[in-house]
Amino acid sequence: MTFDRQSPGLDALDGALIRAVQQGLPLVARPYAAIAEELALTEAEVIARLSRLIEAGTIKRLGVVVRHQELGYRANAMVVWALPEERVDELGRCIGRFPYVTLSYRRPPRLPDWPYNLFTMIHGRDREAVLTQIEHIRYSCDLVGCDFDVLFSGRRFKQRGAFYGTPIGDLSKLPRGGPAPLGRLSLGGGIA
Amino acid sequence: MKSVRPLRSLDELDRRLLNDFQCEFPLVPRPFAAVAEQLGVDEAEVIARLERLHQAGAVSRVGPVVRPRQVGASTLAAMAVPPERLEQVADLVNDFEEVNHNYSREHRFNLWFVLTAADETRLAEIMDEIEVRTGLEVLDLPMLEEYHIDLGFPLQWT
Repeated sequence: MTFDRQSPGLDALDGALIRAVQQGLPLVARPYAAIAEELALTEAEVIARLSRLIEAGTIKRLGVVVRHQELGYRANAMVVWALPEERVDELGRCIGRFPYVTLSYRRPPRLPDWPYNLFTMIHGRDREAVLTQIEHIRYSCDLVGCDFDVLFSGRRFKQRGAFYGTPIGDLSKLPRGGPAPLGRLSLGGGIA
Repeated sequence: MKSVRPLRSLDELDRRLLNDFQCEFPLVPRPFAAVAEQLGVDEAEVIARLERLHQAGAVSRVGPVVRPRQVGASTLAAMAVPPERLEQVADLVNDFEEVNHNYSREHRFNLWFVLTAADETRLAEIMDEIEVRTGLEVLDLPMLEEYHIDLGFPLQWT
């Protein structure tokens, strides 16, 4: 399996910048200046690079990341679907259009234990709401007859922004992403 | 199952902070001042509110949602853990700083975690180590295609 380790358009400083902000901006009057200081850049450079990363789609959004459970969205289910390979693209997009669906990804099945090749995350105020939404999706996207499973979430053992490890090469002296200092938002919703 | 109660004391300002600034956070030298101006309050108030919402757990961070596979390597891993060992195995998994999400789910595959590292080699090392230390298989489920990703979540207040 191959991964895109670094997009062609990203340079090492972009990588360092993402590592510096991934756990959250510091809650101070000039957060970009604080990040700039860590990276030996200027505030304007940090702002310009972040704008470019957003424009390029590397950063999908920048803003307040909420934790649904604490806000009363108590039920969230990972709903996994075993779909014919040729229909995964179409159905993955169809399911992704519903407002209560926050993720829709293709992943490899792992037979015999795990036949599912489409993963979706569905949020609701309670389980009944989530199950109703799933039924709606099954009929709307023509999924009746496709095998699926619903995995409600239980305990959360850990949740924070992604950690990409220590910077590489000549950036090795830069601050690393890891547990963030006090006063910085350090818990966050990651994705993989 | 951890019992989570919704925050009881959210006022209009909290709600707007939670709902209206999930995307397009101002890229200006004083972003909290820009947010404050839109809300008709002052910068210090916005910072204090966000601190409080963060402490209360409603806000995980003010920051980026990074598109997967752009930086580093990541995967979703799943394990079928005997229920009586769940806590212990979850702790062992949490000890890796490369683990950023770790949840139990109601299924035979009951432990799910996201691994993010500088490269694929490190991911494989971690999964191998977890298998060796627990004697349990780790399913490696990397993302192959993204059809939709959280672009902010419309909150409906009741």
